[in-house]
Amino acid sequence: MAKDLFVIAEQRDGHIQKVSLELLGEATKLAKELGESVVGVILGDNIKDKAQELIEHGAEKVIVIEDPMLKEYVTEPYAKALTAMIKEYDPNIVLFGATSIGRDIAPRVAARVHTGLTADCTRLDVDMNEYFDYLHVASNADTKAIEAKLGMDDKTLKMTRPAFGGNVMATIRCADYRPQMATVRPGVMKKLDVIEGATGVVEEFKVEFTPEDMNVTIREVVKATHKAVDITEAKVLVSGGRGIGSPEFFGTLQEVADLIEGAEISSSRANVDAGWIARDRQVGQTGKTVRPELYIANGISGAIQHLAGMENSECIIAINKNDTAAIFEVSDLGIVGDVKVIIPKLIDALKAYHEAND
Amino acid sequence: MKIVVCIKQVPDTNEVKLDPVTNRLIRDGVPSIINHDDKAGIEAALQLRESLNDGSTVTVVCMGPPQADVALREALAMGCDDAYLLSAREFGGSDTCATAIIISAALKKIGYDLVITGRQAIDGDTAQVGPQIAENLGIPQVSYAEEVSIAGDVVTVKRQYEDRYHIIDVKTPCLLTALAELAEPRYMHAGLIIDAYEKDITVMGFEDLKDSINPDHIGLMGSPTRVVTSFGKMPKGAGTILNVDADEAVKAIIAKMEERHII
Ligand SMILES: Cc1cc2nc3c(=O)[nH]c(=O)nc-3n(C[C@H](O)[C@H](O)[C@H](O)COP(=O)(O)OP(=O)(O)OC[C@H]3O[C@@H](n4cnc5c(N)ncnc54)[C@H](O)[C@@H]3O)c2cc1C
Repeated sequence: MAKDLFVIAEQRDGHIQKVSLELLGEATKLAKELGESVVGVILGDNIKDKAQELIEHGAEKVIVIEDPMLKEYVTEPYAKALTAMIKEYDPNIVLFGATSIGRDIAPRVAARVHTGLTADCTRLDVDMNEYFDYLHVASNADTKAIEAKLGMDDKTLKMTRPAFGGNVMATIRCADYRPQMATVRPGVMKKLDVIEGATGVVEEFKVEFTPEDMNVTIREVVKATHKAVDITEAKVLVSGGRGIGSPEFFGTLQEVADLIEGAEISSSRANVDAGWIARDRQVGQTGKTVRPELYIANGISGAIQHLAGMENSECIIAINKNDTAAIFEVSDLGIVGDVKVIIPKLIDALKAYHEAND
Repeated sequence: MKIVVCIKQVPDTNEVKLDPVTNRLIRDGVPSIINHDDKAGIEAALQLRESLNDGSTVTVVCMGPPQADVALREALAMGCDDAYLLSAREFGGSDTCATAIIISAALKKIGYDLVITGRQAIDGDTAQVGPQIAENLGIPQVSYAEEVSIAGDVVTVKRQYEDRYHIIDVKTPCLLTALAELAEPRYMHAGLIIDAYEKDITVMGFEDLKDSINPDHIGLMGSPTRVVTSFGKMPKGAGTILNVDADEAVKAIIAKMEERHII
């Protein structure tokens, strides 16, 4: 019988991507509810030494698939390897990061083994009570009708994701085929604290490749030159919307960020489109999903596509001139006022605070 | 070379709302458009045809209800050579896996050297149908295509990743999934608009494809994934909103930061 939760770890140049660690955290929670184990899977060339990192983030076992053919990501060799792995191990659930790699490989593998795949999930549930707790808080969904359909003992994976540009959420299930497969949005699940010195089983899995498996030729690999700031890693985000009025005001927001440990500046799409700030700072549906400890929204109206990327922040402070701005509906603290007046005063106050307390 | 572009007709998502009582999508009066990435795919195909200038053709394929022929007419008016509508009751409710089975069955009939799909559709955002068609056809895929050119039977693609790009050579037959950045779609050509309404659109139904489709693998019942429920998101519930002078406001912000151990 299909068993265990498999997390397909994504590595780039030998570095495990953060989303994979987040998935291990989520899988650990789901595994408890299922009474099953968490298995990490890593593919690459000379990659075995990365297994320990997966174990320290929750994997009880790691399957290592090594081959020179797997050095750079190419769809077919990866699809062949993962299909063989799934046939051999018969997983119950297989999770991928919803990255430009995960979203390329997962559909190909799902079609090859003929099973269902749900894209870009933002929530996963196994336990029905937990799922209903979520629905009761987050939605007006009719849980009675769902209970009638599934019963309370259902242990299938309930995969919840936004659709229609974030206007609608949908929960999707794959009841009749295994594995149940999903790609999960980076930044929405929580990784575990590192379990120093954790131990687990490391297993090597061999795949026989033929030269034909390399059915494309990579002529060039060009890495982004500037070290991209990863706003998803920031503890605090000081974010600017169209209401900041000028690109220069990002400099002022940067001063705020410099006064707060772990803070970075980010933006709504309006300012990115206007060319005021780099695209990798954009928060939202077509930007990044962030969940910092504090998100400060300055002159951001709170369009649904923006909220989709930041509403799970642990604390939200919004400053907006318009007392009916939608951003206030998700804010812990809303300030009706002019950012151009308040932010300079906030800088002074933070400086004074540090002088008094450091 | 025969270039086939697969397109989807989608509601303009900005305007789609959920009925707060029934949780159903309100589609009335919502305009339908060709999905952005797919339209970039059409444009790229037309540009490739022009660069080849050797009698190559661009065929456009759309699966959807009969009304989806509007999308195909628009594609013809942009300059595509012929159009196929895949439409049947049996196809309704298909998830990505089932959709890819239907489209690839049709592509086997229609023939292709290069297949282009959009990377993803703005209604479902799955990005799955393109790779799954490629899998069913047993041809290589290059997704997230940002630039494309052709020399002989070799397609060269700039393939985008979050932190890098690859320049990839792939031989036809193959499939690309187009990013919206791939090409800026041209406007419909006035002369072609009239032609577009005179051209025949070939409709393929279940009967036309049934010899290469397992009926248990399509439609709502044949789809591995099913929707349990859909719902509108509830706002998280506002906290405190202060309409006070700037100094008071700053005090409140500092207090919040302290409470949250940010400073
Ligand atoms: C398919 C699609 C995807 C999208 N994806 C994203 C996305 O990923 N991320 C994103 O952010 N957007 C996205 N958008 C755009 C989104 O719909 C909004 O247009 C955008 O978020 C608006 O940005 P804004 O809040 O900065 O600007 P506006 O909506 O113009 O809001 C400016 C706000 O500033 C306030 N203001 C003005 N002056 C001041 C002042 N002096 N002091 C205080 N407040 C002031 C105003 O009251 C107003 O609320 C997307 C749209 C589409 C169609």
